[in-house]
Amino acid sequence: MRVEDTGENSVIAWFADKASVEVNESVVATCRNLEQSMGDTIIDLVPSYASLLVVFDPFKTHHAEVHEWLSAAFESINPTETITKVIELPVLYGEAYGPDIKRIADNAGITEFQVAQLHQSIEYRVYAIGFAPGFAYLGEIDLKLATPRLEIPRQNVPKGAVAIADRQTAVYPSESPGGWNLIGLCPTRLIDPTEKLPMPIAVGDWVRFIEIDEAQYLNLGGEL
Amino acid sequence: MLKVLPGFKIIQAGPQSVLQDDGRFGYQRLGFANGGPLDAESYYWAQRLCGNNTTATAIEILLGGVVLEALADTVIAITGAEMPVTINGERISLWQSHRINTGDKLEVGFTSVGLRSYLAVSGGFNVPDILGSSATVIRDEIGGLDGKALQVGQLLNINNQLSHKILMLAKSSRPKIKASSAGGAAEIELRLLPGYQFERFPEEKRQLFFSSTFRVSNRCDRMGYCLNGPDVSSGVSSLLSEGICHGAVQVPPDGQPIVLLNDRQTIGGYPKLGSVVSCDTGKLAQCGPGSRIRFSKISVRQAHSEILLASERRERTLLISLNS
Repeated sequence: MRVEDTGENSVIAWFADKASVEVNESVVATCRNLEQSMGDTIIDLVPSYASLLVVFDPFKTHHAEVHEWLSAAFESINPTETITKVIELPVLYGEAYGPDIKRIADNAGITEFQVAQLHQSIEYRVYAIGFAPGFAYLGEIDLKLATPRLEIPRQNVPKGAVAIADRQTAVYPSESPGGWNLIGLCPTRLIDPTEKLPMPIAVGDWVRFIEIDEAQYLNLGGEL
Repeated sequence: MLKVLPGFKIIQAGPQSVLQDDGRFGYQRLGFANGGPLDAESYYWAQRLCGNNTTATAIEILLGGVVLEALADTVIAITGAEMPVTINGERISLWQSHRINTGDKLEVGFTSVGLRSYLAVSGGFNVPDILGSSATVIRDEIGGLDGKALQVGQLLNINNQLSHKILMLAKSSRPKIKASSAGGAAEIELRLLPGYQFERFPEEKRQLFFSSTFRVSNRCDRMGYCLNGPDVSSGVSSLLSEGICHGAVQVPPDGQPIVLLNDRQTIGGYPKLGSVVSCDTGKLAQCGPGSRIRFSKISVRQAHSEILLASERRERTLLISLNS
């Protein structure tokens, strides 16, 4: 782990140059330990693929002390204490709901049904959350499904759109512009700022997708 | 006594007026931007002048053009960019609190120097907290009345607070706002704490960055300020997305730096040179397109003591009482 000052009240810790489950696990464990040790001196913690940004209250601590806390948090990681949480997200797959699924199927030389099967065949890790509130970057998808971003992003991607870009997949938590390839719709509400726990998913969790039909989708509160 | 009262009706909303408290903290890990006032110092003084705690909700007004009708007898103060302000057609001073009565019309004209001003009211505007804050972040559709800029016809509630003394901030204590909304104004200097990928930028690009004058482009808003100038690109290709601190200076492949502000996205993968201290991002936020920007270096120790010093200086500054 390498720690460097980034701003007047922030430091970043880098855990590796490449992301992997192990590296991201260190990020999450360090983040968890740091919450205990730093308490209310923390303003924001931003875990990502292989890094952790720590924003601190400059009236309560300073850079050097945060460096010490980070080292201690990293060194006291207990690998047997891994907490694994799996969240299941239902998906209504198909061209009527995700207009890019056919192209992905054609490019891979498989059927749309097989795209949906492959997408459900892996438990994905939440590596980072960002871009928009509640947007979780999940990886990695089967190589057959890997598809570059659209050259021209869409102006409006619907809320709940299940999408693919390169080796990653995600669900758009709200309507927004976006350049990912769409394969279906998820009825689960992923972000609700009026709730005490605004998001059911955190960095370090695992996500599994499960196919549903249109009736189930509507029953679960999905909109068409 | 009522705790909350109807305070103002919006007759004209201006190009972008947004309710802001000091910001939404602790939720960047879920992708929520901090929001909060871009010029935190002017915001602070507006609160002090109204006798409020310094995290109360005020309106950040971009460029002016706001007309409000008072629905209660209260006290207001406006700080920040220079602009003509009247109550019932009579000119009032900025950096000072004023009594306003039910039925009075408050008109905020267009800015002549600077871009953003802060309208505070005694007790603060009453806005429901979402994730601990009233701060409006339009991109996240959160905060304020409905996650958007203020609209004509909306009613603004205020927290009832017994009206207090009329106060003024001495001229010598006011922040110096240099930049003109018309551009072409004095150059401002931004102090950068080198960090992130600073060492990975080629030496000549780093020298060029500190020795050149940049101009604020047309793409400048609450998310960030895109600057135009010499190409200072790093040659570093893609990075893994990582947390972006306030004031971070990122350089996309086109070599044109972007200073990221309160509504920035929380993670990103462009190489960054470091970050501008918050005292200086407040000055930048008063600069319109065409303004001239230079960068200098600041050490981490200086940057940290700068925050503490600025805060101490503000807290020990006494306001001048204009009546008893």
